[in-house]
Amino acid sequence: MQNRREFVKEMVAGAAVLGTGTKLAWGQAKATEKSKVVIVRDAKLRTPGPAPDETRVAALLDHAMQAYFGAQNPLDPWKKIVRPGQVVSLKLNAMGGRAIAPSVALVTAICERLQQAGIKPGDIIVWERNSRDLESAGFKLSDAPGAVRFTGSDKAGYEDAAVTYGSVTTKLSKILTQSDLVINMPVVKNHNIVGVTMAMKNMYGVINNPSTMHGTACDPYIADLNMIPQIRQKVRFVVADLKTAVFEGGPSYRPEYSWNEDGLLVGEDRVAIDTISAQIVQRKRAEKGLNTLEQKGTPNTYLVTAADAQHKLGTNDLARIALIEQHIA
Amino acid sequence: MKMRFNTAVIAVSLAVLVLAGVGCKKKIVDPFPASGAVAGWDKGDKTQTYDAANLYEYIDGGAEQYISAGVVGVSTSDYKFQGKLEVTVDVYTMKTADGAKTIFDADPPTADSKSVQLGDAGRAYGQSVVFRKGPYLVRLTGFEAAPGEADALLALAHGIEGKL
Repeated sequence: MQNRREFVKEMVAGAAVLGTGTKLAWGQAKATEKSKVVIVRDAKLRTPGPAPDETRVAALLDHAMQAYFGAQNPLDPWKKIVRPGQVVSLKLNAMGGRAIAPSVALVTAICERLQQAGIKPGDIIVWERNSRDLESAGFKLSDAPGAVRFTGSDKAGYEDAAVTYGSVTTKLSKILTQSDLVINMPVVKNHNIVGVTMAMKNMYGVINNPSTMHGTACDPYIADLNMIPQIRQKVRFVVADLKTAVFEGGPSYRPEYSWNEDGLLVGEDRVAIDTISAQIVQRKRAEKGLNTLEQKGTPNTYLVTAADAQHKLGTNDLARIALIEQHIA
Repeated sequence: MKMRFNTAVIAVSLAVLVLAGVGCKKKIVDPFPASGAVAGWDKGDKTQTYDAANLYEYIDGGAEQYISAGVVGVSTSDYKFQGKLEVTVDVYTMKTADGAKTIFDADPPTADSKSVQLGDAGRAYGQSVVFRKGPYLVRLTGFEAAPGEADALLALAHGIEGKL
């Protein structure tokens, strides 16, 4: 970490304390341990043009991953997540176009780390529900043998057999079912139905019928959908691009209601991640003089459902979330 | 004989109603100025349209708000200003002018927004312009901040307004 001056602060339930507190091994979090969420920001991430600085994005990724896993080497975290021979896919939320989608630089950096960790390029799939969304986010569609694939479920198709959990009956994307591990790559956006859309809502992009699940503030649909075994078990890590976020008028990109967070979020606990994301949006709304999501009538009730005794998808209890925020200066 | 006459009257009445209904049905418009029609602006190759049934494919959960307000559909196209600045233009066709007003009024003004004379009501931000005209709600969204962007967006917005 030469040439970088960083400070680390961990906020637990709003109180800043020094030290990292928790060290969870990949996939081994116990019920008594706090869920770790790491956010790293870089005020110099942007270039004068529309794309972020590729070198700084790659450094930001390494920094966040090492902070999360407590690793000294940038490759070690990836070796904990993946094994050679696996098919690894990156599910992006690119519906808002390139202004509010994971950047090409970030996706490229992850693909490079995956390959260095032993994943063959042909076993890496970058995808969205609709391939045109991927294109609008700046990615070039590709199905070349032996290379990283960039595609959509509209091209790959959906499984014939439907799966069901609770309120949800749906067909899964073949890209999901053919993946051994899915890295969830959402963005933080206000959503005029559900309040905030982040990691869990991004799973609406892995099924064939998301439009049927927007009633009653997407609750319990979001929680039920994330309970489907193929989603719960395969979609196990989140790398969220916080370069830009939307505090109002979402989920579409609205420049007048967006701000530059210039950061990256990583973690495993999807409920904790969404809880922190909701706080980020709430904070920005307050800063802009807007009402709270509760006052707006979009209070993110799905978080409560996702954390309840039936679902146990993670925690929405701030006292059980270890938020580690770091800044690269 | 009387029954045949009644049946004929009903059939003709239904046909008239159906035709009247078709005549009244709003169509999704294509109001996009051609490249060069507004100085500096070039239109992208594609114009995409979505109706109420598949609007969610374009704006995900954002569709609900428009459906509630009576959206008929949206036409969308990309533009470039002087070959660099990229903008997406969405023209929503609502069933009524009230529907367009509902969507327009739902957006809270920001510190840097200002009212502009466009259609029935318009608002300009640094990187975007929104206006309504009759049943149409038009949104121009820029993807990066650039010098002169606000004026260029307004010029394009006026070009679109003139075609509505």
